[in-house]
Amino acid sequence: MAWQKAASLSDLDDGGVIGVHVGATPVALYRLDGAVYATHGICTHAMAILADGFVEDGKIECPLHQGLFDIKSGKALCAPLTEDLRTYAAKVDGSDVLVDLEATAEGEAPLLASLAQGPANAVAGPSDLESAKAVTPDAPGGGDLTDMESEDMNTHPSLSITKHFVWPAEGLSRIPDWVYTDQSIYEREVAKIFHGPTWNFVALECELPKTGDFVRSNVGPTPVVVSRAADGSIHAFENRCSHRAAEFCRELSGNVNEFVCPYHQWSYDLKGNLAGVPFRRGVAGKGGMPADFDTASHGPRQLHVATHRGVVFASYCDQVEPFQDYLGPEILREFEATFDGRPLKLLGHYRHTLPGNWKLYHENLRDPYHATLLHTFLVTFGLMVAGNKSLMLMDPTGRHGVMASAKSDGKAVAADTKKEMRAYKENMTLADPRMMDFFPEFDSPWSVTMATIWPNLIIQREMNTLGIRHIVPNGPHEFIMKWTMFGFEGDDDEMTRHRLRQGNLMGPAGFLGIEDNEAIKFVQDGMQRVPDKEHLVMLDPDIAAGSSESLISEAAIRAMYRHWRAEMGL
Amino acid sequence: MVTAVAREATTADAARASHIDAMLLHYEVETFNTRYAAALDEQRLNDWVEMFTDDALYVVVSRENFDRGLPAGLIYCENKGMIRDRAFALKETTMFAPRYLRHLIGNLAVLGQDAHGSIKATANYVLMQVLFDRADAKLHQVGVYRDVFRRESGHLKLAERRCIYDSLLIDNAMCLPV
Repeated sequence: MAWQKAASLSDLDDGGVIGVHVGATPVALYRLDGAVYATHGICTHAMAILADGFVEDGKIECPLHQGLFDIKSGKALCAPLTEDLRTYAAKVDGSDVLVDLEATAEGEAPLLASLAQGPANAVAGPSDLESAKAVTPDAPGGGDLTDMESEDMNTHPSLSITKHFVWPAEGLSRIPDWVYTDQSIYEREVAKIFHGPTWNFVALECELPKTGDFVRSNVGPTPVVVSRAADGSIHAFENRCSHRAAEFCRELSGNVNEFVCPYHQWSYDLKGNLAGVPFRRGVAGKGGMPADFDTASHGPRQLHVATHRGVVFASYCDQVEPFQDYLGPEILREFEATFDGRPLKLLGHYRHTLPGNWKLYHENLRDPYHATLLHTFLVTFGLMVAGNKSLMLMDPTGRHGVMASAKSDGKAVAADTKKEMRAYKENMTLADPRMMDFFPEFDSPWSVTMATIWPNLIIQREMNTLGIRHIVPNGPHEFIMKWTMFGFEGDDDEMTRHRLRQGNLMGPAGFLGIEDNEAIKFVQDGMQRVPDKEHLVMLDPDIAAGSSESLISEAAIRAMYRHWRAEMGL
Repeated sequence: MVTAVAREATTADAARASHIDAMLLHYEVETFNTRYAAALDEQRLNDWVEMFTDDALYVVVSRENFDRGLPAGLIYCENKGMIRDRAFALKETTMFAPRYLRHLIGNLAVLGQDAHGSIKATANYVLMQVLFDRADAKLHQVGVYRDVFRRESGHLKLAERRCIYDSLLIDNAMCLPV
C-alpha cells in the first residue's frame, strides 16, 4: 500500500472529474456524493482522456465515442467498450486526495466528513459547456445561423443560376459540395478573390536581398515574378510574355540583370517593364513592328505590392485597402507577434500537391475540433490537452483567422513543458524530447499560432518552428502548397537546429502535416465519389459565426463562408 | 633479373588484392542497401532504425535546398533517438491511408574509406508508391543517397544518410521514410 497525494480536494467539485498524474500514471479523479474515486485516466477503447468526458449517474462518458464506464467499479457498460477500466483506491486525507496505484477501489470509498457542495455534473477543463456558452453572443458575426439565406444571396445575375448553386436552406451550418468541386465556382474564385480586392502572399524579403534577385511565385493560380529593382523596390508582374504568352521565367529563384523571354528574346527590366523588342524596326527597311508600337503600353500586367515586416504581398486590385487595414488590428497584432521586427533568415522550402479544394486547408486551420482528434501525436505527448488555453480568433469580416493555444498560463512555460511532456500512456516517451521544447521568444501569450490570411497564406508558429504556407490553387480539386521555412538572423547554430528538429512536426512528411494532407484528400475523395451532398458545420451553435474560445466549435468556418458568399455574390 | 620479375609479380598481386578489396566493399555496401530497401518496403521500421549508428544523421532534403545550402528537410533527424521517434510516431500515432512502397537503389559509388574506417558512398534511389484505390504505381520520389557508413562489431551501419530528392513537388505526403 502506497498512498500518494493526487490532488487537493478543493480542485475536485462534487459530480466532477479531473485528470492528474500520479507518478507517470494518468489518473482520473471523481467526486460523487462527497466520496472520491480514481480510475486510469485513459479510455480502454481509444486514446481519449477521460477527464474531458462527462459525469452522470455515477458513470463517466468518454468524450470521444460516448462509451460509459461505471466510476466505482470501472465496469465497461456499453459499446464500443470491450474492456473494463482499471480503478484505484482513493481517499481523502485532510485537504488532500490520496490514491494508491497498487490497490483497486473495492466497495465504497470513505465518505467525507463534511460535504462541500459543488455544481452537479461539472466537468473540468476549458472545453466544458459552461465556458463555451460564456463566449459573448454579440461577438463579431453574432446573429442567426440562417442570416445568409436571403433570396438575393442565392441569385446572382452574372452567374447562370440553376438550382445547382442554391445554398442549403439551413444556412451557414451546411456547406454544399459544389463550393469545393465545381469548375465555374473555381473560375469565379480566381476572378473575385485571388484577382479581387485581396492581398496575396508572394515572397519573403529575405529571399530577395539584392538588386536583381527574383522568385517565381503565384497569385492564386496565376504565375508571377517577384523581383528587387536597383532602387531597392520590390515588384510583382505576370510571368507571361507580352508577345506570345510564354511563361518566360523558368528558374525557381535567382539573380538577373533583366528577364529575357527565350522564344523571341523580348526583354523586361526588373520592374516588369517591356524593355526590348528584337528587330523592332525590321532588317534593311523591311519587316518589323508597326512604327507606332509603344513598348510602355505592352508590358506584362504589373501588380500592386505591399511589404510588412519582411513579408511581400501583391494585389491585382486598384482599390484594395492598405495592407494593415486589410488585416485589421487583431490579426495584425498576431502577425506582428511572429514577424516581430527581427530580420528573417531563410531555412528552405518544401513543395507538395494536395488533391483537395484549396479552401479545405483554410478550414482545417479554423477547425480546432480536429486538433486533438486527428493529431493523436499531440495528445499522446501532452502537447495539446484539455486544460490548455486556446482561442479561435476571427477578424470581423471572417476572412482571416488565428488558431492559438498556450501550453500554460504563459509564465514558466519551459518548466511546465517537462510536466506536460509525460506521455499519457505508459511506455510512450520520445527518445529525443528536445523536439518538443519551447523556448519563449515572442511577445505573445500563445505558444502556437496558426494564422490564416485570406486568401493564400498560412503563417505557422508551432512553438519555435516557423513557416509560411503559400496556397497555389490548381482547379477545384487540387492545389500546390509551397512552404518557406525561416528563422531569424541572430539565431545561433543550436537555435537553428532546434527549429529544424521541431520541423519534423509539420510539412508533407511531418507527424501532423501528413495527417492534415491525408484528411483533406479523403474529404475531396468523398465528395467526388458520393457527389452533390453537403457538409455539416454545426458545432457550437451559440456562436453563429466568428471567434470562439471552445475547441469544439465550427463558428470560424461559418464566418469564413459568410465572407466567401459575400465576395462571390452567392 | 629475378628480383625484377618478382617485384613485378608482387606489384600485380597487390593491385589485384586492392581491386578485390574494393569489390568486396562495394558488394558489402550494395548488400546493405538491399537490406535497407527491404526493411522499408516491408515496413519493418524498427529494423530500419537499427541500421543507423547512435549518432547518425538522417535527413531528407530537396535538391533545391541542398544546392542552395539551405538546411530545411522534410525529415531532419540528428541521432538514432530521433529516427526511432519517427518510426514510433509513424507506427503508433500518424494517420495515413495504407500503401505499398518499393525502393530501387542503384548506381552505387563507393567513394573511399578514411583512416578511421568511415566509408563514403552515394547511390541513386527511385521510390514507387502504390495506393490501394489507384491503378498505377506512381513515381513518388527520385533522388540520391549521400552516405557515410561506419563499421560496428563488424557490420556496416549508417552514420549519415542524406536523401537529396529531385522530385521537388511531393505527391500529397511522404508518409514513410526513404
